[in-house]
Amino acid sequence: MNFADVVFFLFAAILLLAGLRVITARNPVHAALWLVLAFFTAAGLWMLLEAEFLAITLVLVYVGAVMVLFIFVVMMLDINLEELRQGFWDFLPLAALVAGLMIVEMVMVLGKETFGLVAPLAKPENYSNTKELGRLLYTDYVYPFELASVILLVAIVAAIALTLRRRPGLKAVDPAWQVKQSREGRVRLVNLKPQKPEYKSEEEDE
Amino acid sequence: MTYPLPDLLPALPEILVLTLACVILVIEAFFKDAKAAYVLTLLTLLGAAGVTAFTGGEMSVHTFNGMFVDDAMGDVLKLMTYLAAITAVVYSRGYLAERGIFKGEYFALVLFAVLGMMVMISASHLLTLYLGLELLSLSLYAMVALHRESQAAVEAAMKYFVLGALASGLLLYGMSMLYGLTGTLDLAQISAALREGVSSPVVLAFGLVFVVAGLGFKLGNAPFHMWVPDVYHGAPTAVTLFIGTAPKLAAFAFAMRLLVDGLEPAHGDWQQMLAVMAVLSMAIGNLAAIMQTNIKRMLAYSTISHMGFLLLGILAGTFAGYSAAMFYAIAYVLMSLGGFGMVVYLSRAGYEAENLDDYKGLNSRSPWLAAVMGILMFSMAGIPPFVGFYAKLTILQSLVGAGLVWLAVLAVLFSLIGAFYYLRVIKLMYFDAPHSTGAVAAEAGDARMLLSLNGLAVLLLGLAPQPLMALCANAMQLSLQ
Amino acid sequence: MELLQTFEQMLGPAWVPVWTLVKILAIVLPLMGCVAYLTLAERKIIGWMQVRMGPNRVGYGWLQPIADAVKLMFKEIIIPSGANKALFFLGPVLSIMPALAAWAVIPFTDTLVLANVDAGLLYVMAITSLGVYGVVVAGWASNSKYAFLGALRSSAQIVSYEIAMGFALVGVLMSAQSLNLVEIVEAQKGGFWQWYWLPLFPMFLVYLISGVAETNRAPFDVAEGESEIVAGFHIEYSGMAFAVFFLAEYANMILIAALTSIMFLGGWLSPFPGIPDGFIWLAAKMSFVLFLFLWFRATFPRYRYDQIMRLGWKVFIPVTLVWLVLEGAFMQTPLGYLFH
Repeated sequence: MNFADVVFFLFAAILLLAGLRVITARNPVHAALWLVLAFFTAAGLWMLLEAEFLAITLVLVYVGAVMVLFIFVVMMLDINLEELRQGFWDFLPLAALVAGLMIVEMVMVLGKETFGLVAPLAKPENYSNTKELGRLLYTDYVYPFELASVILLVAIVAAIALTLRRRPGLKAVDPAWQVKQSREGRVRLVNLKPQKPEYKSEEEDE
Repeated sequence: MTYPLPDLLPALPEILVLTLACVILVIEAFFKDAKAAYVLTLLTLLGAAGVTAFTGGEMSVHTFNGMFVDDAMGDVLKLMTYLAAITAVVYSRGYLAERGIFKGEYFALVLFAVLGMMVMISASHLLTLYLGLELLSLSLYAMVALHRESQAAVEAAMKYFVLGALASGLLLYGMSMLYGLTGTLDLAQISAALREGVSSPVVLAFGLVFVVAGLGFKLGNAPFHMWVPDVYHGAPTAVTLFIGTAPKLAAFAFAMRLLVDGLEPAHGDWQQMLAVMAVLSMAIGNLAAIMQTNIKRMLAYSTISHMGFLLLGILAGTFAGYSAAMFYAIAYVLMSLGGFGMVVYLSRAGYEAENLDDYKGLNSRSPWLAAVMGILMFSMAGIPPFVGFYAKLTILQSLVGAGLVWLAVLAVLFSLIGAFYYLRVIKLMYFDAPHSTGAVAAEAGDARMLLSLNGLAVLLLGLAPQPLMALCANAMQLSLQ
Repeated sequence: MELLQTFEQMLGPAWVPVWTLVKILAIVLPLMGCVAYLTLAERKIIGWMQVRMGPNRVGYGWLQPIADAVKLMFKEIIIPSGANKALFFLGPVLSIMPALAAWAVIPFTDTLVLANVDAGLLYVMAITSLGVYGVVVAGWASNSKYAFLGALRSSAQIVSYEIAMGFALVGVLMSAQSLNLVEIVEAQKGGFWQWYWLPLFPMFLVYLISGVAETNRAPFDVAEGESEIVAGFHIEYSGMAFAVFFLAEYANMILIAALTSIMFLGGWLSPFPGIPDGFIWLAAKMSFVLFLFLWFRATFPRYRYDQIMRLGWKVFIPVTLVWLVLEGAFMQTPLGYLFH
C-alpha cells in the first residue's frame, strides 16, 4: 500500500462518516456543515484521481457558494428535525433495500464483466486536465455547453419572474438618484438683510 | 492555438431565436414595454420561419460535431412549431392582459420554450436531446406558475415540476444505461452499435424501459399521464393552449429521434412497450374524458388519447407509420390550437369559459364561433371530411400495413367511444338553452380572424389532405434514408 | 545545500513531509510577523491621517503588537451560555485555515514558491471562498443576535463579491492564457506599461474593491459594524479566539494585496527594464496595496447594506462582464496584442 492508497482510504473513511452524519445529525446546521465536509473530502478524492479541475470546481461552486446559501437559509429557518425524522425507522428497511440494490449495481458496473470498464492509463507529465476540459467544452461540446447556459438563464429569469414583486409605496431610495444630487439642488443661500434686534438694549435695561 | 469554427448556418434559426429572446429580456428590464415584447416575439417567430425555410434543404446537414442535424423532417416540424407558437401568442394576448401576465418575461419564456423545442427537433445526440427537453420543460414550469394570484396555477406548476423532474430522472437513467452499453451518446453511433449486437440484452431492455417511460411522461401517455389533466386544468388557459400544442410536435420529434434514429435496431423491444402505452392511453383518455364537466380537463384527457394514437403510428415501425404519425401530430396541433384557442377567446376578465355548461347555447349567442368550434370537435372526433379523420385513417392504414390488425381494431373502438364527448359539446352548443343570453364580447379582432382561419384550415385540410400528407411523407423519406 | 542532503539521508522516507513542514513554517512565521506589524502600521498611518500620534509608548510604539499579542494570549476565553461549544471553537479555525492555505501557491519570485501548481488561480479562488464559513459558523454558534446578524450580512456580501472577483480573474487568465500564477506574472514582462492593471483597468479596480469587501474591511465592514451591531460575528469572542479572527482578517488583507500585485501589478517584476527583478518589488507593491486598504478605512464612511449589494450585483458584475466581452472581441483582432 503506497502513500496514495493511504490517503484514499483516509478520505473515503472521512467521506463515509460525514455522509452518515449528514443524515443522522440532530441539528440541521450541523448536518449542512457535515455535508460541506463531505464535499470537501470528495474533492480530495477527485484530486487523487488527477481530476484537479473538477475537484477545485467542486470546492469553489458547491462548498464556496451553494452550501453557503444553503446554510444561510437553514440558519434562519427554525426546522424541527425530530418532526421531519418521524417515520425514519419505518422507512429504513425500504431505504436499506434501495441502498443494497445500488451497491449491487455499482459492483456490476465497476466489475469488468458487464460494461468492460478498465482503469485509464496514466497521463503524461505535462498533461493539463483543465486545459483539456476547456478545449473539449469550447470545441466539440460547445453546443450542449451553450444550451446548458441557456437553461441556467431560463432558471434565473423564471426565478425572478416568479418571486419579484414590485410593491407600490416602498420607501427605499434609489442610490443612483442619491449620488446624482448636487449641492445646487439641495442648498439655497438666502441673502437676509441685517435687522435691528427688537429687544431693548442693555443700557436701557439698566 | 486556433480551432475551426463549426458550421453555424444550419443553426441560424436557433441563434436568431436565442438572441431575440435575450433582446426581449433587455427590453423588459429597461423599458417595461410588454407591447414591444409581444410584437417582437411575433416578428422573431416569423423571422425564424423565414430563416428555417431559407436554410432548409433536401440534404440532412450535421454540425456542431454531429450533435445538431438539420433535415427535412426537422424543418417541417420547426415551421409548424413557429406557426403554433405564433397562433398561440396571438390568441392569448387579451387573456394575458386581463390577468396581469401580459409581461415581457412571458414572451421571453415562450421564445425560450420554442428554442427548446427547436433543439429537440434538431437533436442527433442524447445530450442535446436531453438539454432541449429540459429547456422546454423549465420554461413551461415557469409559464404555468406565472399567474401567481391563482392558487390552482401554482399547484399545477408544482405538480408539473415534480413529476417532470421525475420523468427527466427516468430518462437520464435510461440514457446512462444506453451509454454504458454502447459507449457513445451519438444517436447514429448508438444505432450502429446496437446493430452490431450488444453484450448484454438485459441492460438494453432496462435502458429502454426507462427511456420509454420518460418519453411517456413527457408525451403524457398512460400510465404516466397523471399530470396532464391537473396541469391543463390548473394552468392559465393561455398557457394550457401553449403547452397543449407546439410541444407535442417537439415530443413527436423527440420520440422519432430517440426511438427511430437511435434505437431502431431494438424496434422489437420498444414496440411492445409502446403498444401497451398506446392502448392504455386511448382507453383511459377516452373513458375519463366522458366523465369531465370542465372543458380543459376534457381536452386534457382527449390529449392523452390522441397521444396514444400518435404512438400507434410510431410503433408500426414502417415508413408509412412514421409519416402518418407526423401528419397526425401536425393535424392534432391544428385542432388543439383551435380548441384551446376557443376557450381562451371566450374567457374574459374574472371569468373562465372552462365549464362545459358555459358552452350551452353558444349557437344562439354567436353562430360563427359555434360553427368553428363544431368543426374542431368533429375533426377531433375523427369524423369526415375534417382533417382529424384522415389523420386517424392514415395511422390505421399503416397499422394494418404492418400487420397489427388487432391494434387497429382497438383504436377504432376507442375512437368511437371518444366521439361521444366531442359530440356532446356540439349538442350543448346547438340544442341547449344558454345560461346568459348576451352576445359574446367581440374584442380582439385579430384573434377572432385567426380562430376562423384555424377552423377553416381544419376543414380545408380535411377536404384536401393530400399536399400536407405528401409533405410529411416527403420529409420523412428525405430524413430517414 | 550539503547540510540539506545530509538531513535528507538521515530522515529517509520521512524527509518529504518534514521538509514541506519546514517550508510551510518558513511562510507562516514571517506572515504572522507581517500581520503583527500591519496592525501597528494601520494604527500609525490612520493616526497620522487624523493628526494624532498613534501608539508611541511601548518601545516607542514598536513593541505595541507584541504587547497586544501577550495580552490576548493571557485573556480568558469566555464561552457564552447556550453557545454551541464545538462550532464556537471551529469558527476561528475555519477562518484562519483558508487565509493560510492560500499562501501555498503564491509565488514570491519565479523560483520561490511552495507549490507551483498548474491550476493555481483556481485553487486560490476555491480556498478564499471558504473563508466565509468561519464568519458564518462563528456568528451562528455564538447564540447572539448581533453575531447572527453579522454572519448573515457577511455571507451574503462575500458570496456576492466573489462573483465579480472571479470574473475579474477570468480577464487575467484570458490575457495570460494560463492559470499558473508564475506564468501569469511572466506574461506581464516588459515593464510598468505591460502589467495588466492598464489593459484590464476596470478589472483591476473591481478586483481591488471586491478584495476590500471580501475581507470585510471598511467601508464594507457591515459584518462587524461596531456602531450598528457592536462587533458583528465576533462579538462573543475574547482572548486568543478573538485573536485568531484578527489574524485571519489581516492575513487575508495581505493575501489580497499579494494577489492584486501578482495579477495586475506584475508581481516580482521591476517597473522599468534594466532594473533587476526580485522579491523586493513584490513587497513594495504589496505594501502599496495595503496602504490603500488603510487609506480607505481612514477616508470612507461605511456603506449602507443595500448599497453594498447594489454595487456588487448591479455595477461590478456588469462592468466585468462587458470588459470580458470587449477583451475577448479585441483578442480576435490585430489589436489583440494590447491585451497580452
